[in-house]
Amino acid sequence: MSDIAAPKLVHAPALRRALAGTPWRRFVILAGFALTWELYACWLDNALLLPTLGATLSALWSAVLSGELPNRAATSLRVLITGYALGVAIAAVLTTLAALSRWGNEALGLLTSMFNPLPAIALLPIALLWFGVGTPSLIFVIVHSVLWPVALACYSGFLAVPPTLRMAGRNLGLSGGRFVAEILVPAAFPQILSGLRIGWAFAWRTLIAAELVFGVSARSGGIGWFIYTSRAQLETASVFAGLLTVILIGLVVEGVIFRSLTRITVQRWGQVQT
Amino acid sequence: MNVAPRLTGLVGDMTAPALLELDHVSISYPTPDGILTAVEDVSFKIAAGERLVLLGPSGCGKSTLLRAVGGFLKPSAGELRMNGRRIGAPGPDRMTVFQEFDQLLPWRTVLGNVRYALERGKSLPRRDAEGIARRWLERVGLKNFVDAFPHTLSGGMKQRVAIARAFALEPALLLMDEPFAALDALTRRQMQDELLKLCEETGNTALFVTHGIDEAIRVGTRILALTPHPGRLAATFDVPPEVRVRGSSGFGELERRIQETVFSAAGIDHV
Repeated sequence: MSDIAAPKLVHAPALRRALAGTPWRRFVILAGFALTWELYACWLDNALLLPTLGATLSALWSAVLSGELPNRAATSLRVLITGYALGVAIAAVLTTLAALSRWGNEALGLLTSMFNPLPAIALLPIALLWFGVGTPSLIFVIVHSVLWPVALACYSGFLAVPPTLRMAGRNLGLSGGRFVAEILVPAAFPQILSGLRIGWAFAWRTLIAAELVFGVSARSGGIGWFIYTSRAQLETASVFAGLLTVILIGLVVEGVIFRSLTRITVQRWGQVQT
Repeated sequence: MNVAPRLTGLVGDMTAPALLELDHVSISYPTPDGILTAVEDVSFKIAAGERLVLLGPSGCGKSTLLRAVGGFLKPSAGELRMNGRRIGAPGPDRMTVFQEFDQLLPWRTVLGNVRYALERGKSLPRRDAEGIARRWLERVGLKNFVDAFPHTLSGGMKQRVAIARAFALEPALLLMDEPFAALDALTRRQMQDELLKLCEETGNTALFVTHGIDEAIRVGTRILALTPHPGRLAATFDVPPEVRVRGSSGFGELERRIQETVFSAAGIDHV
């Protein structure tokens, strides 16, 4: 057959190219929000109810410099990542079984419909009974908060894989785990990725909530514990500094990790539009 | 010129060794309204080097038959044999080109798709697989697109990739399920011609499904016509090489004969 020529591309104007792909609109919105906060707090003039943005930032800065907040954040993240990884791993095993057998399929359908609506934090009393006050209880509730949304997303992603693509895979003689790993998982990656995102958000808020309920111990508590103790000591600026840290970590994970993961996978593969 | 239909149930040269043999095959599957028989009592053989076309209107079970040969469906009665052995699971000895464009893996490049098929289907090391993949992609005119992802290609180009992938694995039997049905008329004609060329060059045995009479005459060496509801064999036509030329008198003559004997009999004016 004769060769088909590659299409020719023309470059866009310089300014448009420089701005394209940067979230400059977001920075404008963020600046507007910061200004509103500062002005309203000044007008309110009650540091106990709403400290100014400046006071919050300086509380954040001194908490970072003293090493307390980084330690707290590291404690929280360590627990979070352990629980998240465990939850995703269990979800992977469950959905693989569900994709390969009818029994696994029914079991996963039943379990997700039972446990997905159950807020993870509601299991905390049970976790405390079983594992006592400490990290294992936190990990237990985090696993629960991650497992079901991720499993549900993987599973519905698998169901949405076009039958032709499945046949193309089986045509090569693929079956079992290899078929799941090399055909179903990448084909369902848009849904899996959004499941991982939802799982991350659930895990994060479950952890902070659990830390607010019980602080493990003052020595080894996470960000939730930092917020709780700051409130108890009426250091509202530090409470806000703790909240800001939670938001910042969330933004970094979403904006850097998940965004790049989306860009190098499903966007490149044309499975989602930009 | 032998273009007369032979109206028999069992067709094919009985003396030639059969590569594929269908022995009184029926296929039915359950629907919400009851059991639907898609194919009833179909028998035929394909000898090595033949290009057999299953021709018929929609609902005649031609695609169902092809899927059964591919191993994606099990017959409810009868047996399908490849080289005398009963067909079980799907396998790369029966590479299939589907009609749908989403048969390519969207997360692999054009080259990656063909290379991966060779790595998995023929257990070739990556290096060898890549060389063969590049040669085949060049052969179907996609030399400039090896690093493109499938979603950036046109429908015709996607089908070229699928065809390159299927040929690259050197299957004993090439299965084609209306591969050009979703293309525009111009591209379809071009693809038919190029496919014919590839088939003649490689001497590949093929089973081709279509509802276009002209397409059947163009690509096939033998045509089996099916009637719908349920799918049954109606007639068989041999296509001598001189008839395969578009616009020749034989081409038009055969087209008219197939139209009359098959589609008129089924009460269908035009497909």
